[in-house]
Amino acid sequence: MEKIFTRPESLLDVPTHYCAGCGHGVVQRLIAEVIDSLGAREKTIGIAPVGCAVLAYNYFDFDMSEAPHGRPPAVATGIKRVHPENLVFAYQGDGDLAAIGIAEIIHTANRGENITVIFVNNAVYGMTNGQMAPTSIMNQKTITTPQGRTSSEGYPLKVCELLSVLDGSSFLARVSTSTPENIRLTKKTILKGFTTQIEKKGFALVEVLSACPVYLRMEPEESLKFIDNEMTKTFPLGVFKDWETNNS
Amino acid sequence: METKHLLTGNEAAAEAAIIAGCRYYYGYPITPQNELINYLATRMPQVGGTFIQAESELAAINMVYGSAAAGARTMTSSSSPGISLKQECISYMAGSELPCLIVNMQRGGPGLGDISTSQADYFQAVKGGGHGDYRIIVLAPSTVQETADLVYDAFDIADKYRNPVMVLGDAQIGQLMEPVVFHKERKNNVADKPWALTGSKGRKKNIVKSFYPVKGELEVFNKKLQEKYKRIEDNEVLFEDLNTNGADVVLVAYGTTSRICKDVINKYESGNHQLGMLRPISLWPFPTKKIREISESAKAIITIEMSAGQMVEDVRLAVEGRCPVHFYGRTGGGIPTPKEILKKIDELGF
Amino acid sequence: MIEKVILAGYGGQGMMLFGKLLAQSVMMNGKYVTFYPSYGTEVRGGKAFYHVIISTDYIFSPVIDEADTLIIMNNPSFDKFQNCIVNNTHLFYNSSLVHLPNDLPDDINIFKIPATEIANDIGNLVASNMVMMGAYNCVKNLIPRSRFLYCLRTSLTGKKAALFEINKLAMERGEQYVQENYNINYDIGQDE
Repeated sequence: MEKIFTRPESLLDVPTHYCAGCGHGVVQRLIAEVIDSLGAREKTIGIAPVGCAVLAYNYFDFDMSEAPHGRPPAVATGIKRVHPENLVFAYQGDGDLAAIGIAEIIHTANRGENITVIFVNNAVYGMTNGQMAPTSIMNQKTITTPQGRTSSEGYPLKVCELLSVLDGSSFLARVSTSTPENIRLTKKTILKGFTTQIEKKGFALVEVLSACPVYLRMEPEESLKFIDNEMTKTFPLGVFKDWETNNS
Repeated sequence: METKHLLTGNEAAAEAAIIAGCRYYYGYPITPQNELINYLATRMPQVGGTFIQAESELAAINMVYGSAAAGARTMTSSSSPGISLKQECISYMAGSELPCLIVNMQRGGPGLGDISTSQADYFQAVKGGGHGDYRIIVLAPSTVQETADLVYDAFDIADKYRNPVMVLGDAQIGQLMEPVVFHKERKNNVADKPWALTGSKGRKKNIVKSFYPVKGELEVFNKKLQEKYKRIEDNEVLFEDLNTNGADVVLVAYGTTSRICKDVINKYESGNHQLGMLRPISLWPFPTKKIREISESAKAIITIEMSAGQMVEDVRLAVEGRCPVHFYGRTGGGIPTPKEILKKIDELGF
Repeated sequence: MIEKVILAGYGGQGMMLFGKLLAQSVMMNGKYVTFYPSYGTEVRGGKAFYHVIISTDYIFSPVIDEADTLIIMNNPSFDKFQNCIVNNTHLFYNSSLVHLPNDLPDDINIFKIPATEIANDIGNLVASNMVMMGAYNCVKNLIPRSRFLYCLRTSLTGKKAALFEINKLAMERGEQYVQENYNINYDIGQDE
């Protein structure tokens, strides 16, 4: 019998700790598939963040490092400078990248560091029980914004838009995991994020809108609709910068 | 003939790091360690190394984390407030067992303090400035030459034990120019690093981490760390002993203050006491055994520091009440003078 | 032998170069030396002072509290360091800019050098540091002149190389001034 679907080599056969309906598993599978397709498993070095994806180093089957909260871009810089021929990527959540680590991501992008960042934006803090994220949308209810996010908490931080004005960034795109079609596009975009690095074109970041049904307090299906109907109003999908087409 | 260079302690540390094979430097400017970062900005590219002026001390130490995880010799440097910022990652590096060098040219504190010389970061350096049960090895030079020599050793020891090492100088040593000779033919003891992240070709994947969420795992890991620290305590204690054998008053001082104490011993002529000095070179591991030995015959020990009294606590722990332990210190850029120390000795009144 | 000298002026008066050249020259002559600079936020115009200790033995603290020599380029520097004066201190001061009080101790050696005027006469106001250097070395006779000039030449690189001759002249004028006014016999040393 022909096998038409299998676990990517870059992903280990272990159960993950992610909640039902969480987008992390999908995104990590896509990364593994892309790395397999590039034949790059044995030269990949990944950095896991602090947050829900902290244990990603147990799921991928290639060299991995942890990093202090918010610092994966700095750690990735230190690794990439030692091994410029390896494929180095940082996997970050919205708290890690857009709150505590905003300085590192801006300066790493601004240096044009030749690394890839996969930024999973689910608009809420999962690991610490559902507090506001820097990317929570206006009026979104979280544990720390019980009446909904207002301007006094600040506005949702638009990372792709922010980094697009920097001369150092080369590829910036926002995709989502809301539908099979979007997931296929996400895979293609992640591939582009990695080929940017392989072609030595500099800093690439792929922002993936992802669902956290538990802390959005929704059914999984409803949380996917929330991405399409609510999140994309604040965070429009698209390519914000592309070295190949000079789109910026 | 060996070439002598007239360099600041900061520059000597930088050149010694190059000779020790360090090719990855990440730092952020702060007085009084600027000569170090400035020197390496020019020097690193000359030897094919990487120099990044990071956006913050946090970013700098995390870049060090990355390069250390990748298996390279790497370092950062700063002065007191900047070292405070690095503490979180130093804890992570101790927890991930990553070797690196951190140079701290201490300045006055707390807070923004001032830019003059100080030894008030002793607690932070030797007691672990970050969170958790960990130790870093701390080496304290007293001359520009020794700064260079300890920087070579620091990289070897860091590799040997997979542990961060700090060279703890102060503003005076950082700024002071003295002749220094570099041992260019020195053989670096670079350890094999099968644990490093290099890409998993031909082997199982490596993970560099300090996170042990499964109950019981962290305690096992901590036990392993403590066993390593015990080995370091058994093997890496460094000190200079100046006439402590038979001395009835022994001064204990490190770094800049030890030079002043040497002057005191040189000048001391009263004949009432025989004076000696113990200079801890490794502040952790601390020369506890040696001080205990001294306290068995000395009438008094005086600890001299540019702080309100920090190392004196470790001296007292070593002495365990066998003889009185006195303290004289200055803060806020004040440097103890030989006269002041002699007065303190006279006040002992025996 | 030990010589503890404090050089003090404001930033831009060249005390840093003076101190470095002194330290470099004596180091090359095989002596122990420490050079401890003031450092801080001011670059031009602020206080600039340097402690240089030269010795045939190991040097303890690089900070000087009792000076063998004080080289004073402006009034605030004198105020700051007059408490370092002890018996037999040699005080060289730039009399073009500094006015000393009348109540100085008798047992010190004072050398009044109009360094800024001399430097101005030879056409380079900022060479007053080398006038003082010439006067100082002529009196203390620490370094063969050729050794010092060698260090001066190697420290003036690029565009500054053209300044060698004027600095050398300033130094010679300083030597000449103390010889004429203070009855000093100066042995310029063997050429190396």
